[in-house]
Amino acid sequence: MKVKYFAWVRERVGKAEENVEPPASVRTVDDLIAWLARRGESYAHAFETPRVIRAAIDHAHVKPDTIIAGAREIAFFPPMTGG
Amino acid sequence: MTENVTIRIQEADFDIAREIAALTKGRTDIGAVVSFSGICRGSEGGETIAALTLEHYPGMAEAEIARHADTAMSRWPLTGLTVIHRVGRIVAGENIVLVLTASQHRQAAFAAAEFLMDYLKANAPFWKREETSAGTGWVEAHQHDDDAAARWTKS
Repeated sequence: MKVKYFAWVRERVGKAEENVEPPASVRTVDDLIAWLARRGESYAHAFETPRVIRAAIDHAHVKPDTIIAGAREIAFFPPMTGG
Repeated sequence: MTENVTIRIQEADFDIAREIAALTKGRTDIGAVVSFSGICRGSEGGETIAALTLEHYPGMAEAEIARHADTAMSRWPLTGLTVIHRVGRIVAGENIVLVLTASQHRQAAFAAAEFLMDYLKANAPFWKREETSAGTGWVEAHQHDDDAAARWTKS
């Protein structure tokens, strides 16, 4: 699946998007955050406070316990500051 | 008459008079247009702000605004609405966002414009990075913006 990062999450990870293949044990958005955080120092820094990270699956906001199976695109970003 | 909904995300500035004219063109059933403009402030908490750079999530930003536009159109008797959100670098004093709502009567137009702005601030995927004398940094989200959006779900 494709993963996208925005704002300071993007800056900390060091890339805007990538394709990842998490193992089957990674079932929810929260699981994916924990799995990504173990990929290296930059990821650990980006996801050091999981509760502030917002997520969207296929362009719709989702909660941390949402199942990720079937997702084409998952995005992670800080709370929004538009308007 | 058909409903007139316009949603745009763009780097360029917008002309408010031209957008109002487009929303009301050829119609005689509109009695009220409410216009809200969000403008880049030149200071925040005593700190001078030279400019903001707005990042967005292409695809989702349009989808979120469209979802809220649909909600506004079904919740209030509107003849149309316009939402324009700028991205890229915006210097102090420049426009950031425009919301227009048109209706037969003012109450619906006022309420829908406020609803749209409250939801945009809390839910539309845009992020502001500000340039101050101390350097640049991401603007932090405010709890009061979430609270402002939440009050529309209580009634």
